[in-house]
Formats: sequence, structure tokens, C-alpha cells
Amino acid sequence: MIQLKDIQKVYRTDSIETLALSSISLDIAKGEFLSVMGPSGCGKSTLLNIMGLLDEPTGGKITIDEQTTEHLSDRQLAQFRNKKLGFIFQSYHLINDLKVLDNVELPLLYRNASAKERRQLAAAALEKVGLSNRVKHFPTQLSGGQKQRVAIARAIVGQPEIILADEPTGNLDSAMGNEIMDILLHLNKTESATIVMVTHDEHMAKKTHRLVRLFDGSQVQ
Amino acid sequence: MLKNYFKIAIAVLKRRKFFTFISLFGISFTLTILMVLTAFIDKVVNDNYPDRKRDRSLYINSMELRGPNAMNGGALSFYFLDHYARSLKIPVKVGISSGPNSTNTYINNKKIAINYKYTNADYWEITDYDFVEGKAFSRQQIANGDHVAIITEDTRNQYFGDETSVVGKYIEADNVQYRVNGVVKNVPITLYMLYSDIYLPYTASKSDQNANKGYSGGYTGILLADSKSDLPRMRKEYEEMVSRLPIPGKEWNRIYSHADSFITGYVRTGNEESSGMVYAITAISLFALLVMLLPTLNLVNINITRIMERSSEIGVRKAFGASSRALVYQFLVENLILTILGGLIGILLSWIVLQILNSAHLIPNLTLSLNPTVLFIALLICLVFGLLSGVYPAWRMSRLHVVNALKA
Repeated sequence: MIQLKDIQKVYRTDSIETLALSSISLDIAKGEFLSVMGPSGCGKSTLLNIMGLLDEPTGGKITIDEQTTEHLSDRQLAQFRNKKLGFIFQSYHLINDLKVLDNVELPLLYRNASAKERRQLAAAALEKVGLSNRVKHFPTQLSGGQKQRVAIARAIVGQPEIILADEPTGNLDSAMGNEIMDILLHLNKTESATIVMVTHDEHMAKKTHRLVRLFDGSQVQ
Repeated sequence: MLKNYFKIAIAVLKRRKFFTFISLFGISFTLTILMVLTAFIDKVVNDNYPDRKRDRSLYINSMELRGPNAMNGGALSFYFLDHYARSLKIPVKVGISSGPNSTNTYINNKKIAINYKYTNADYWEITDYDFVEGKAFSRQQIANGDHVAIITEDTRNQYFGDETSVVGKYIEADNVQYRVNGVVKNVPITLYMLYSDIYLPYTASKSDQNANKGYSGGYTGILLADSKSDLPRMRKEYEEMVSRLPIPGKEWNRIYSHADSFITGYVRTGNEESSGMVYAITAISLFALLVMLLPTLNLVNINITRIMERSSEIGVRKAFGASSRALVYQFLVENLILTILGGLIGILLSWIVLQILNSAHLIPNLTLSLNPTVLFIALLICLVFGLLSGVYPAWRMSRLHVVNALKA
């Protein structure tokens, strides 16, 4: 589903060059639930951003669902992300000025779906994460776990084939973290979603199919 | 999607109320200035009282004599208009009137400053003053040099007070008693070619208006054509006549004079070589630009600040499929909502300001109003304003890198 070949990422300033990723090669199968672990600053989030086409590698090649991405324009990349990818962030990144339902609808705004379709799909996504009773709330009225569930609903509303989660339980206590993890496992099992999760939590990582470790930008496991 | 953008726009406005106030104040204040100016221009250009045959009239306001070392320009003599302009074949009438002259009159120990104007008979047949009482001079009265006057409503009220009928009564102007022949509705001073407080026959003047056989004097003329389609020929005929005029002195070698449409004649700056229209349009455009420039720059700054606060939202939208174009569109829509809100406040403020200006009578007899033309122009200004102040911030926003935006 996702193929990374010799991915390299170098950050350059006027005086310093930082090698964030060094020759990472990875194949992720369809329906696989992969964890990425490593100490802070090892390049986990950078890897996830590159997989999610949010950042460009300095070298190497990415193939997602048999399509290479290096020649895609900004608009094409946006359309690709919209169709194929869903994102879950550690800080949720919900829009506080919009109600829960409007937040979940967000990816569908860029698909030319009708308002009715958007509402229906958003409501269905919220039901999957158990938040149907919160559609008219604002994010500021929700707990951390509820916010992350809204973020998951947003990530899956467009039925993407790949979900990229950057420390989805990082800001939650263990109980809420387990709830979130259960939702992700359920999605992976029932909908065959390919999930790549960056985590610091060994316990969460063990529940996934495979674990990849990074250290100083290189893959060590 | 628009509903989504509208919700976000309103929410963003509520978030930082002070910034919102500054933005709305800037927009509404700018719009008020521009709308008052537009109302003024609209009044001057479109209000055709008492000049309802404007579409088939040409106006002769000035003549300029030029020589290698000298120039002399100004209004025309009565003789020139009566002798030369009247010799033209195409005009069916030639109205002649002097510029307003100031004088004082006294009634019940009260001094009243008034303007008086001399006219010929054709003047009253070309124009369409609304008479609230009485009528215009007859040709016979003018031929006789009768001391008769047509006064405006304001002059009537100032001089005669509450009297309901003043036709046949006497009014003093320039130390001469005139019998009131008619009372007309006020003419705004902005219509300087036709404005006056008292209108008198030119034959009632203390000096013989035909004595000055030169070209220059204190009069202007209106040429009335039989139909609109005759205007180009009438203009050409006048210009040909001017080109054949004898040069009045050795110090001159060119004579310039034009029979213009109303607006061209209105804005002619005295440089008879070129129309003043370019200057007028340039001046108005520059003024509008300057008035809009500061608030636009201000709004650009505020918008950029707001965008930076919304980096996370921008990053999320981009992550989930918003292209740069979609984000620019969103931001422009949000900005247009803000400027339309500011515009609505501006329209209300403009109405208030116009009411104040009208009641203050700063410009005699000028009543400004918001009409569909002015409102349409206001809307256009809002749209331009919204686009101008939104484009750069929108572009900046669309260039934000997703990863950096999400980190912010």
C-alpha cells in the first residue's frame, strides 16, 4: 500500500544541515497496522509527514497505492490526500469555532459533496466513534478523549484507505488512551484501514501488527 | 461550503473583538467618505433640475485668448453670445446668463446677502424651473427693460417671511427695486451655471450689456438643439465659428472656446486646449485611492495577524485536501463578509452624515441622498475593498507550509 524507498530528509539553514531521515525504506501492506517508535527527535513525525505527503523528502521515492507522488502538483497532492489519507494529530487540531459535526465534515468540503451527503457521512463517522450525542457541541466543550474521537471521525469520514496517526494518545490519560487505541484497532479490523501510528507508548505499539524503530533518522528495527 | 465559510467568518470576527472593531471602523469610515463623495457627484451629474433638456444642450462657459507671451481666459461677453452664438444655424435657442453677482439687501434692519443673475428670454425657454408662484419674464418685459425679478423660495422666505403670495410685491437688489414676477424652487449652488437667488432681465442691468463688443465678459451660454442627434453638428458649427473669429489684438494668435456637454463644460479647468474631464477623473480616482489606501493597508496587516493565529486551522485544512486556491477562495469570502458588514455600517453612517450635512446647509440648496446609483457604487467599493485587502493575506496564507502551520 505504501512503499518508501531510500527516503532522506535534510533540513538546511544558512549555516547548518540537519539529517532528519537517512535512507529509510519501508513497505506497508494494505490493512497493516504499523507502529513507529523512537526517542524524541529521531524523525518519527518527519517520516509520518512524508508518508502523508505533508512534506517532501530530500531524496528517495514514495509510492502510495501504486502511485508515485514526486511529480504531483500542489493541487494534485491536496486531492490525493483528500481521497486516500486521513490524519490524526496528537493535539487534535480541531477548529474550535466550528461545531463537532462541522469539524468532522471538513474533508468532505473539498470533495464537492452536497451538504446533505456531508451531514450524513459525518453523522455516520461520529456514530462509529460513539459521539452521536455531541454533534452540536464545540470542541471546547469536550474532554480530551472526546476531542480525539472527533478527530478520528474526521480522519475516517472520507473513507480513506490510509490513516496516519501522530501520537494519538499522547495527550490522554491511560484510560482514554486505551479507548482511542480500541477504536483504531476496531477500524483496522473491520474496515481494513491501513494505519501508521507514531507512538511513545510501548504498550500501545505491542497491540499493532508491526513495530518499526527509528534512531537518529535511521531505521534500527 | 459557503455556509461553512460564513460560520467561520462570524466566529473569527467574534474571537478578537477589538481587531474586528478596528477593521469594521476602517471600512465603514472609508465607505462613508466615498459614499458622501459619490452622493455629491451623483447630485451634480444626474440631478437635472432645472436643466431637463440637458441631453440636447451644449454649454459655452469660457473663452481663452492665447498669445506667445500672454493668456487671457474667462467667461464671455453678452455681445459675443448674442451676436456670434446666436448667428449659428443649428441651435433653436441660445440661452444667455451672467455669473452670479453678490449684493446685500436689507429688510426690517436685517442684512441678507443674495446673488443675482442676468438672463435673456431664451434662458427661460431652455431651462425648466419649477415655479411655485408666478411665471418667467416675457420677451416683452425683457425688451422693455422692466425691473422684474424671479426669486427662489429661500429668497422669498428670507425677504418676505411668512407671506404666502409675493408675486407683484417688490424686492430690492443692488439698490434697485424689482417687482417679483415669479418664485422658483431653489437651485443648488453646485449647479453654478444656473444657480442664483434672484434672476433679472439683462436689460434691467445698470450698464448696457451690449456696450462691450469684445469676446470676454461675465456671461455663459446654453445652445439648445432640436434633437440629441444634432449635438455633434452643433458643436462642430460652433467650433468652426470660433475658428473664423477675428483675433482681437496683436498680442493674441489663438482663440479657444468650446460648446460642451454638461459634464465636460462643468469640469473644464480653464485650459481650453484640453477638456478637464481627464483631470477630474484623475483627481477623483486619486482621492478615492488615497482614502482607501490606508484602511486597506491596515486591514491587510490585521488580516495577516489573524491568519497567523489560524495557522493550525490552515494546516488541518491543507492536510485534509484544501488546495491553495480553495484556501484563497475561503479567505476572500471571509474578507468579503467582513467588508460587506463594514459596508452596511458604512451605508448607515453615510445616511446619518448626509442628514447632518443637509440640515447644516453647508452648501446652499444642496440636498444629498442615497439613491440606487450611490448604493450600487457603495457595494462595488465594498467588493473592491474586500478583494484588495484580502488578496495578499490570502496568498500568504496559501503559501504556509502544512507542517509549519500545524506546529504553530
